[in-house]
Amino acid sequence: MRKLWIGLLIIVAALSVLPEVAMAAGGKAAPLVVVAHTTKLTGLLAWWANMYNDNMFMFTILSGIFIPLAGAFLGLIGDFLMGLTGIDLTKRELVEH
Amino acid sequence: MEWLYIHMPISGVDVFWPGMVILGLGCGIMGGFYGMGAAWMITPGLNILGFPMAFAIGTDIAHIAGKSIVSTIRHGKFGNVDYPLGLAMLGGTIIGIEIGAQMIMWFERIGKIDLYVRLLYLVFLAFITYMIVADAIKIKQKKKLAAEKGVELDKLEGGVTWYKTMHKLPIPPKFHFKQAGIHVSFWLPFIVGFITGWAAGILGIGGGLIRMPSLIYFVGCPTHVAVGTDLFEVMLSGLYGTFTYTWKGRTEIVGALIMLCGAAFGAQFGAVATKYYKGGAIRLLFGAAVFCCTLSVAEKLIARVYDIVWMDHASTVTILGGVSILMFIIVYQAIKGMIKEVRMKNAGLPK
Repeated sequence: MRKLWIGLLIIVAALSVLPEVAMAAGGKAAPLVVVAHTTKLTGLLAWWANMYNDNMFMFTILSGIFIPLAGAFLGLIGDFLMGLTGIDLTKRELVEH
Repeated sequence: MEWLYIHMPISGVDVFWPGMVILGLGCGIMGGFYGMGAAWMITPGLNILGFPMAFAIGTDIAHIAGKSIVSTIRHGKFGNVDYPLGLAMLGGTIIGIEIGAQMIMWFERIGKIDLYVRLLYLVFLAFITYMIVADAIKIKQKKKLAAEKGVELDKLEGGVTWYKTMHKLPIPPKFHFKQAGIHVSFWLPFIVGFITGWAAGILGIGGGLIRMPSLIYFVGCPTHVAVGTDLFEVMLSGLYGTFTYTWKGRTEIVGALIMLCGAAFGAQFGAVATKYYKGGAIRLLFGAAVFCCTLSVAEKLIARVYDIVWMDHASTVTILGGVSILMFIIVYQAIKGMIKEVRMKNAGLPK
């Protein structure tokens, strides 16, 4: 156990020193800006890509809402389908070996 | 065959959508079974399908958030999620991830970030593999010893029991975590969360790969509870990741939703599959996945350092081949268990 702690301490110490060495290496690169090409898009995809270009805040909020909603919805369908198999979906036994 | 390709509105690439559904399904099964987001499998997979790397990472994280909701709910119904424990770890995880991410920014200035990150990744993977192998050997020895004494080994007894020492941490407040069945200082899960979060931030991964074994060997969770609780954390960090990557403009939500169609069902199946495995078997299969990952990262590292093209391809074959074999084993055993359970139920026999 003591060896483990010493090992972990060495790794953390080494990683704490490395960035200081790295600071001398050079400046920061400019962030890459991506623009969605909307000319060939129509309907929903065009609306979505336009929102990405024009209103990143709304794009982020809607993305953050769509994903959990889709997950919960698909999860419910999956739950229903799994229930059709007839297996017990409420219990399991905890056995380690 | 044009209908098999879908145009991604933000990144502007045409992607083979059945490939995304299959990738989502496969990684959903692995994620639900092992208790992790499995970003280390999906990001290269998306890249192979044609996503630019920056979009592959963001899209991957967004779909992980969605699928981990599915598997957390499923594991929660089994009683595999210790929510207070997950929340106790969360604070440490967030601070750790932020510090790790800041350190990565410093690393970027060297210009050899890829090499250092991969080396560190190898160290962690090798350590996890060591823990799992040591655990398997020790549990075998304990079983043998118990058989010699004519007693039965407790069914929750583990091989590597470093957590017993950790549980002695005397710093208050102490909490009882019901689902995990442990009574420990609040600071133990917090510190473990911090270290695993820091490692995840440094390595640029979700952290489930490190957190799941840490919950078993350092916190003392039964394997099934470690899987479920880890997924709860993956869900929270995935949601945070979705916001932050989307705000940076690197998420292809259309792609994430397509993947989710496969991943949601895969995650559901993977979570149910744990029911048909003992904790030790889950750990061993996890170890095999980690070993494949270690080998793949080592091959990639050698390929980069010595500029060997075929080694780079071998790295992809190793990870995808290994993961496919493991997935086949998980699915096969789970279906066998499900059929057996239904047959016994229909025959009116006790399980």
